[in-house]
Amino acid sequence: MDLNYTKEEQAFRTEVRQWLKETLPNELREKVRLGKRLGKADMELWHSLLNARGWLAPNWPRAYGGCEWNAVQRHIFEEEACLAHAPRSLPFGLSMLAPVLLAFGSEGQRQRFLPRILNGQHWWCQGYSEPSAGSDLAAVKTRAVRDGEHYVVNGQKTWTTLGQHANWIFCLVRTDPDAKKQEGISFLLVDLDTPGVTVRPIVLIDGEPEVNEVFFDNVRVPAENLVGEENKGWTYAKYLLTHERTNIAGVGFSTALLTTLKHVAGRVKSGGRPLAENPHFAARMAQAEIDLMAMATTNLRVVSAAAKGQAPGAESSMLKVKGTVIRQELTSLLRRTMGPDALPFQPDFLDGGSNAAALGPDHAAAAAPSYFNMRKLSIFGGSNEVQRTIITKAILGL
Amino acid sequence: MDFNLTEERTMLRDTLRRFLADKYAHENRRALIAAGEPFDTGIYAGLAELGVLGAMFREDQGGFGGRGFDLMVVFEELGRAGVIEPVLPAVLAGGLIAAIGNGRQRGLADEIIAGTHVAALAQGEAGSRYDLNHVETTAAAEGDAIELNGIKTHVLYGAEAQTLVVSAREAGVAADAAGISLFLVPVNMPGVTVSGHRNMDGIPSATVALDDVRLADTARLGAAGEGLEALEASVARGLTAICAEALGAMEAAKDLTISYLKERKQFGMPIGKFQALQHRMADMLIEVEQARSSVINLAGNLDQPRALRESHASAAKNLIGRAGAQVAEECIQMHGGIGMTDEYALSHFARRLTMIDHLFGDTDYHLERFIALKAG
Repeated sequence: MDLNYTKEEQAFRTEVRQWLKETLPNELREKVRLGKRLGKADMELWHSLLNARGWLAPNWPRAYGGCEWNAVQRHIFEEEACLAHAPRSLPFGLSMLAPVLLAFGSEGQRQRFLPRILNGQHWWCQGYSEPSAGSDLAAVKTRAVRDGEHYVVNGQKTWTTLGQHANWIFCLVRTDPDAKKQEGISFLLVDLDTPGVTVRPIVLIDGEPEVNEVFFDNVRVPAENLVGEENKGWTYAKYLLTHERTNIAGVGFSTALLTTLKHVAGRVKSGGRPLAENPHFAARMAQAEIDLMAMATTNLRVVSAAAKGQAPGAESSMLKVKGTVIRQELTSLLRRTMGPDALPFQPDFLDGGSNAAALGPDHAAAAAPSYFNMRKLSIFGGSNEVQRTIITKAILGL
Repeated sequence: MDFNLTEERTMLRDTLRRFLADKYAHENRRALIAAGEPFDTGIYAGLAELGVLGAMFREDQGGFGGRGFDLMVVFEELGRAGVIEPVLPAVLAGGLIAAIGNGRQRGLADEIIAGTHVAALAQGEAGSRYDLNHVETTAAAEGDAIELNGIKTHVLYGAEAQTLVVSAREAGVAADAAGISLFLVPVNMPGVTVSGHRNMDGIPSATVALDDVRLADTARLGAAGEGLEALEASVARGLTAICAEALGAMEAAKDLTISYLKERKQFGMPIGKFQALQHRMADMLIEVEQARSSVINLAGNLDQPRALRESHASAAKNLIGRAGAQVAEECIQMHGGIGMTDEYALSHFARRLTMIDHLFGDTDYHLERFIALKAG
């Protein structure tokens, strides 16, 4: 047991920090720092910068343009990127679809899709949830019926994050309605420009249309876009979900949030002294920090224990539950720190479309919206209730 | 002891509930906000006609209520429906005018009760956070006139008001209790600049800049330098109102969630059959009942001496803050994604509950204040 970083790891951290300092554009850094909303162009720029350095795909094999970083390297990169106020790379293509293609896709599919994820030609989104299939994901009803060299898709997906910017979607579709519900699902890749696809935005509690409904009306999808075998999609779906959870603890985000929280609480005054010196508030911040220090290690323990390049098993449910609880608590504390300045709704400032100064100090405008937005953490990617059930069954054996 | 409402209050509650059920559909409210309208003037006139505004004032003030339980009954219903019309400023600014205004000034209270005049309380400042005594805006004698200078922040309904009740300092330094006066400032006075915005919960608010605003001596509300006591008493009434409003919002959020748990099926059964959710819903019910009791405690002590009144005000605001956060977060969580959508009423109740914690002192602020009040 050794908690110290090796010389190589320290050198890696220095390299990452230096690169971020030189490469991350100020405008983008400021947007992230102040919690402004990132547009499509912002994300594309960030991906292209990472790609130019060869750092866009930390988990992928080198043969496909990835970094093959180990758990510690990924942790270091995440932490440095968050502390530098860098955006988060979009996970849909990089860490959700790609691992499935690498494990179950054909070589042709890998050659076709992986380079396009890297060069930004394809922006992927996720077609998992449906109105009647949320926690019970295996209840998906969207139908795909084989018709010659095509599948004809009909149905509806929902909660599709950033689907408004995407041009491809990976979907769970029902190919055998008569089989047991987990056994009739397939994993299908759909070009969103295909006739019959409609994407409709859903405005959320923070005022932003971050998610979408996606409707399929007799959409003809080439059969070559089926990943793996027909009716084996549930296996791939579960594989994807555990991969999605490798960074679900969000330690980097929480570390950056804690830094911002301390900074703001040190400046905001309550009763004539900085809020950070208020014993009651200081205790709440300290408690979150103590939890986060332990979470950083829990995260590394779990992720390191998983075989190289593989996703951890049921233990990742633990990371999801505790990691999201900590992150939500930090956003709640940041909102409280702002006092009355958390009240105004300032979408023009958050969208970056207005140069008008925000009401209140730095971080005030985003404090309440991001608190509300982060409620999603305990809902998506398998709700925390679903994770607890997984822990109950898979680890506790109850 | 009697925990039943009087006949009059029961009637007021029932009439108001019917009126809002009839006229205040969630879709209309949402469309109004989306259209950029601060509130519905027709609804506001309707509320005045029902006597909702009159119920905020005592008989000797021109109303027919004005007690803590009148505030509670009305605001619980307003909270249940998510009403954004300016009843709160009628309690805060209107209440101050009625309580300490002179004969001529109190004429304004009649117009407020009639719903034809909106007065807003401008007490917050960039450096004040939740402290009513932190006043840096100055009121300086200039010959026969008084000149106001300063910036007032988070003035609820400031851009919709015709009159502002402004706290300003005539003597002392920023946090002194003495030296604060209250002034009636018509918004069309030279030197008054009102910039409106909307809050997260849909309530309109404003920043008010006061640049050499010259007022006659007669614009002062109450005695010079002694405004804090009246301001605090008025805010206690405001706290009763928003705590009751939060209670109504909690009841509404809870009801929506119970229905959802019964309707929503996953894994072949209503999700309300899962014990993991049942127990949390039971805990929520307990907290909402505790919240109701704390509002009753405050409402029943609103006309008691300061120490008693204020300790109940801080106790209620602290408990409401905790219960409100629990209800908002748990109701969203038990709904899942649908609970986070703008289209669904729950997210609006959650926003209002959360933002109420940022008005007139949050959970932490009132915990400390309660400790200090009890120690004193």
